[in-house]
This record gives sequence, structure tokens and C-alpha cells, in this order.
Amino acid sequence: MRPEIWQPLLLSLKVALWATGINLVLGVAVAYGLSRWRSRFNATVDALLTLPLVLPPTVLGYYLLVLLGRRGVIGGWLDDLGLNPVFTWQGAVIAATLAAFPLVHKAARAAFEGVDAQLEDAARVLGLKPLAVFVRVSLPLAARGIVAGALLAFARALGEFGATLMIAGNLPGRTQTLSVAIYSAIEAGDDAGANVLVLVASATCVVALLVASRLTRERTPRRAA
Amino acid sequence: MRLDIAIQRHLDDPQRPFALDVAFRSNVGRLVLFGPSGAGKSLTLRAIAGLLRPDRGHVTVSGRTLFDDFRGVDVPARERHVGYVFQDYALFPHLTVAQNVAFGLRTGLCNPSRRRLPDAARHWMEVFEIDDLAGRHPSQLSGGQRQRVALARALAPEPQLLLLDEPFAALDTALRSRLRDSLVALQERLGLQMLVITHDPADVEALGQQVLEIRDGRIHGDARSG
Repeated sequence: MRPEIWQPLLLSLKVALWATGINLVLGVAVAYGLSRWRSRFNATVDALLTLPLVLPPTVLGYYLLVLLGRRGVIGGWLDDLGLNPVFTWQGAVIAATLAAFPLVHKAARAAFEGVDAQLEDAARVLGLKPLAVFVRVSLPLAARGIVAGALLAFARALGEFGATLMIAGNLPGRTQTLSVAIYSAIEAGDDAGANVLVLVASATCVVALLVASRLTRERTPRRAA
Repeated sequence: MRLDIAIQRHLDDPQRPFALDVAFRSNVGRLVLFGPSGAGKSLTLRAIAGLLRPDRGHVTVSGRTLFDDFRGVDVPARERHVGYVFQDYALFPHLTVAQNVAFGLRTGLCNPSRRRLPDAARHWMEVFEIDDLAGRHPSQLSGGQRQRVALARALAPEPQLLLLDEPFAALDTALRSRLRDSLVALQERLGLQMLVITHDPADVEALGQQVLEIRDGRIHGDARSG
């Protein structure tokens, strides 16, 4: 395979894996917290966290530039530490993480809300601390839904284009992901290259979706009735 | 006095505001709290177990104060050493029978192993004759088997008090009377104090050494059954 194909593919896989991993920790933690948080602001926070799903990716990218650019609120501070994420693959990870976050968060939230609260009560009465209740009861019972959400997030992160282009740019071999490479190939009139890239991207996403739908469909309510 | 309870708790649910105000003492082995659904029986049980925080009052079990708003005592549920058998048993669906029974014997971050079981779990599975169901999951059990698993799980950590929420409601009638007798036998053998809540007069008849009637969040009389 030519480096024009395997380089963007490997970079996209790396970015998508990082974004999925970060979202698994972040999305699950936020979802669990919100599913147990009784407050009238709950719905508002939930809507804000879903925003990346509906906002145009270029708008997301613009927000990221404003925040993380050299003169941005966080960017200026990061720049002093020599850690500016603009035009780096880490920048692409940030864009993909943000874009895919709602998918993990929504799935995890629904999964945690489906866990019978009485099972958590039973675990508390049996002597478990809150973290143990989470690890031994809530998380395993919500795992299937969380994994399904993570697979969707992986597919979304793999396909991220708009926000990635704005924050990470289009540097072949450094920040050029699969979606960006497809755009570049077509722009350059390299139809053969574009075809291969498109097929690789499609196949990866179809597999992720099939596995995700299989996991959600087989989810049988195994409650102690 | 083995059990000394006074609980006040106001629930401001806009559709159904409810005030729980119960106080009782008991020295008997089998105390029954009897009343219709919605009377506050489950709330009382939850408050004793530490799953619901009373606004005012105290909870004392065998001389140990578990809650006292005046003295600022509120022992967390996990440290109360109170056994709880939930109405639909609340068995962990992702764990086997053996893991369910051993659950409270391991309070760390890992669930008990499927194979290497603590001796206490083995003992309680033998007591309740569920040792040959060890590898099954709760969804594969009958109602009566589930109840035995729930009892074994609650008793394995050796609680000071056993709370039972409508323990026979999920079972068919034929099974109920047999299991009532075996519950009485078990309580007498262990000498453990039990608090049973029920809306079924037959439970009162079979189990109650002391019977308290609860209606609209208050205790109405201390009726002793024959």
C-alpha cells in the first residue's frame, strides 16, 4: 500500500482510539454523575453536553480555535508550556473527542438509568462503599449499553472532518486523517486514491455499526424479578 | 430493648405529600409491621437500613445507635450490619447464585470469584439447600429459590437485625404457607431479630410475636396476634 493511504488510515485509527478511550472515561463518569444527580439544572446540562452532536462541525472547530489557539483562553496558557495543540495530531484527538462525546454520554446515561436502583441499595446494605457499588454493580449492568455507545463514538471519531480540519489542519503524514485525505485526493484529481480511502473508511464504519447494533439488540432485561 | 425506633420524615412529592411519623420499641424475635400499601412500611424499613435519612428521630439496634439527629449520628448503610431482603429480592442478575450469596463477604472492588467461595457462603448455601444451584443466574431460578438466595445473601455477613419487605408477595399461595413455617423455624434456630413488613393478614398470623399496625405513616396500636 502507498504511504498516501496507510498513513491517513493509521493516523485516523490512532485518533479514533484515543478519542474513544478518553470518552469512555469522561462520558461514563459524567453520565453516572448526572444519572444520580437530582437537580433542576440536570436537563440544561444534558442539553449542553449533547450540543456537539447537532452543531455544525465547523462551528465546533471554530470554538476550539478560539479556546486553544495561540491567543485563546486555554491556548495561550498551553503555549507558554510549549503544548499548543493547533496543527498537531493531538488537536485532531481533541476535535474527535468533542464531536463523539455525546454518543458515549447518551448511551451511558440511558444504560445507568436502566439499572435498578434497588440493586445498588442491596449492595450498600451488604457493606459496599460507593466506588465498589459502581464497579461491582452499576458498571457491569450498564456495560453493554456503554460499549455500544463507544463503538458509535469510534465510528464518529473516525469520520470527523470539519472540526479536525480547522484545528489540526491538513498536513500529510502528520495531521491528515482519512476523511481529510479523501477530500485532498479528490481536490488533487487522484480518483484511484480517493476510491481506496473511501472503501477503507466505509468498511471500518460499517463493522463498528454492525457490532454496536448487535450489542444493543441482544440486550435482554436480566433483572431479578 | 433490642430495637428502639423513632422516625420522622416528610416527603414533599407534589402529587402525594407524605409524612412518616413512627415510633416503636421491641424485644421480640419476630416483629411484624402490618398495613396497606402506601402506609409507610417500606420507608420505615429503608430508614432503619440507612437507605433513607429521617428528618428527626433515632434508630437503635441491640444497643447500638445507628441514627440520632440530636446527637448527630448517622451510620452509613454499609456499616449498619443490617440484613435486608427486598420485596422482589433484588438479586444481582449478572452474578451467579454463589456470587450473590458471597457478595457481602467481600466488600472490596472485586466481585467474589465464581469458583473459590468463602466458607461462610458455602455454609449458608447448604443451610438453604441451594448449593446445587451455585452456578446458575437469578433469571434461571424459581420464586422460592430466589427467596432462599436472598435470605442466604442477607444472612451471610451475620447481621444484627434482618429486615424483610413483603417476603412472600412474589410467591404463589401454596408455597407461601410452607415458607412461612420455615422462616419461623430459621428465626428460632438463629435467635436473630427479624422485622417483617406485610399487608397480608396470613403473614401476621404465622410470624408475628409482636404486631404493629401502620396506616398513613403512623402506628395505630400494638395488636398482639394469638
